[in-house]
Amino acid sequence: MSTVAAKPVTKPATKPATMAQALGRALRDSMAEDPSVHVLGEDVGALGGVFRVTDGLAAEFGEDRCTDTPLAEAGILGTAVGMAMYGLRPVVEMQFDAFAYPAFEQLISHVARMRNRTRGTLPLPITVRVPYGGGIGGVEHHSDSSEAYYIATPGLHVVTPATVSDAYGLLRASIASDDPVVFLEPKRLYWSKADWNPDAPQTVEPIGRAVVRRSGRSATLITYGPSVPVCLEAAEAARAEGWDLEVVDLRSLVPFDDETVAASVRRTGRAVVVHESGGFGGPGGEIAARVTERCFHHLEAPVLRVAGFDIPYPPPMLEKHHLPGVDRILDAVARLQWEADS
Amino acid sequence: MTVMEQRGAYRPTPPPAWQPRTDPAPLLPDEEPYRVLGTDAADKVDPELLRRLYAELVRGRRYNTQATALTKQGRLAVYPSSTGQEACEIAAALALEERDWLFPSYRDTLAVVARGLDPASALTLLRGDWHTGYDPREHRIAPLSTPLATQLPHAVGLAHAARLKGDDVVALAMVGDGGTSEGDFHEALNFAAVWQAPVVFLVQNNGFAISVPLAKQTAAPSLAHKAVGYGMPGRLVDGNDAAAMHEVLSEAVARAREGGGPTLVEAVTYRMEAHTNADDATRYRQDTDVEAWRDHDPILLMERELTERGLLDDDMKRQAGEDAEAMAADLRQHMNQEPVLDPMDLFTHVYAEQTSQLREQAAQLRAELEVAAEEAEEETR
Ligand SMILES: Cc1ncc(C[n+]2csc(CCOP(=O)(O)OP(=O)(O)O)c2C)c(N)n1
Repeated sequence: MSTVAAKPVTKPATKPATMAQALGRALRDSMAEDPSVHVLGEDVGALGGVFRVTDGLAAEFGEDRCTDTPLAEAGILGTAVGMAMYGLRPVVEMQFDAFAYPAFEQLISHVARMRNRTRGTLPLPITVRVPYGGGIGGVEHHSDSSEAYYIATPGLHVVTPATVSDAYGLLRASIASDDPVVFLEPKRLYWSKADWNPDAPQTVEPIGRAVVRRSGRSATLITYGPSVPVCLEAAEAARAEGWDLEVVDLRSLVPFDDETVAASVRRTGRAVVVHESGGFGGPGGEIAARVTERCFHHLEAPVLRVAGFDIPYPPPMLEKHHLPGVDRILDAVARLQWEADS
Repeated sequence: MTVMEQRGAYRPTPPPAWQPRTDPAPLLPDEEPYRVLGTDAADKVDPELLRRLYAELVRGRRYNTQATALTKQGRLAVYPSSTGQEACEIAAALALEERDWLFPSYRDTLAVVARGLDPASALTLLRGDWHTGYDPREHRIAPLSTPLATQLPHAVGLAHAARLKGDDVVALAMVGDGGTSEGDFHEALNFAAVWQAPVVFLVQNNGFAISVPLAKQTAAPSLAHKAVGYGMPGRLVDGNDAAAMHEVLSEAVARAREGGGPTLVEAVTYRMEAHTNADDATRYRQDTDVEAWRDHDPILLMERELTERGLLDDDMKRQAGEDAEAMAADLRQHMNQEPVLDPMDLFTHVYAEQTSQLREQAAQLRAELEVAAEEAEEETR
């Protein structure tokens, strides 16, 4: 036990914090608690990452623990594999969603399946942080929603926070996980703020639990990451139409929380899946199928999807037409075969 | 003045702080592959080491012929033979201390066996009962890598991690000539040099990547030359000369261990068999080419050296042959047993904890297996 004099117990002070700060704090706390946690990536050192998530880590823990690597994504993830084989817990930063693609070979051929191919003797506790998604006016190759690729790869956990508090808790849980986690950071929420207590930050339940962000009775919006605030906004707007919408934030795409989702849809009888990535071959198809399989007799309407268009991510001046917004969500809700309308 | 003239006059001046990192000359490989056997250098090699290498070569050759025979009997799905390349495989294993790590590719079963893994476990991947048949941490042997060159950055990361922890552990990673064209090869060498990681990269240049000859793979004077651009030494070695391979690899391992950073070693050798048993080598090379290498066989080279120096008698030859036969018999016996597989294992090692999705799928398979078992029982009744 430490000999620090006990402080008078005061109510923990909450103050506005951004998601980027909460993520940085999660890295810091993980590194302070566990010397095997190492951060590596492009510009993560002196600069603190292009989104400043790793700000201050190199200064506090040294360049051996927070390392600016050569500019090579396959090399970053590939060396992280070897580091993990030797007992470290690497947290890798991919600078942007579309720049993670050179590392896919390592991710798919090695990271995801090392535990399996070695019959459990060589688990890889690697966290791959990927800033993803649009809405920040980024130029080409800076706004992809690449989650469909990741969730199609068995052996990876795929999680994505939507709140400041979850950003901290989920990242802590990811780093603590003995399996590789693709940690998708919704870029446009980096600067979203919430009152948050950095001295007593909340961790989350084990990876794989969805959460009902807003309860309602008329229909369920199933969503995650950057689309969560949009759905909450849509739910507020829907009240004017007489709809009381429930919003489920998945938090984790793999594992998928069938229970929470199905329970919600059984209550409401109607569901819309909302995400930024393209609808064709996107996560929404899988989610809609799972919901239909489990809730068919409770469903009053087909499960609908509101997704990005099936196009390469558009140039910034057009992205507002691509991203699912409140109106498009409400339109979908309106198509949910309401009896009163028919 | 025209723009072109201006350009012609332009001489980039290096900014004041710029310094070439190292003189490239000491990094450049020799023009000829380094040889020990049949040269004066051989006199300086410990006779015991030569004998040990000889015995291991004989054993390795027997392993290769036995495994190839097992493919013909349908006991192995595939076997990429390293016949002709045994000197590289043996030297790679023997250059390492127990605490070091070996990162093999799919052709390097022999290196894995020479490192001490039991011969049958080394074949799990190629037999098809699972992917990796051993605990990599226990033996300090990474899984045999099928995607080319992808294991090289792993070796760098592991060696780097070991150094960060203060352990004097070295990683030796093996790759083929074709694999040197992959991006991961480049990234691994670059990381290793920048981090001064204790890694030795061993390229076995056996002439072909399946059917494609080296000339279509690279325009570099040699693969060892590639090292210079990364700022690490490149060594060109006769890959059929077990003594030369052992010396060069041991030197590189020692340098890495002492903090001298990585080395790229190119072993010039030849693949005597087809790429695998599924390949038709007559489509891309002449039998006469293969014949030309027979006189440069690694076992022959070693036998000549030992005999000329009176270090090998008939007894020792017989003993080496018998040991190899015993190993082959043991391997046959293991491989002729039907493996006992549990289909439920399919779901065991995907995640530390099964997802609910996998639990459902496991339940489905279990039910299918129960039905199948009941049906089988009814049939026997
Ligand atoms: C990334 C990747 N691409 C293609 C292949 C298919 N393949 C298997 S072996 C091989 C040739 C490799 O040649 P080389 O690196 O010279 O090694 P060798 O087989 O001669 O030992 C190819 C193309 C592969 N295994 N991995």
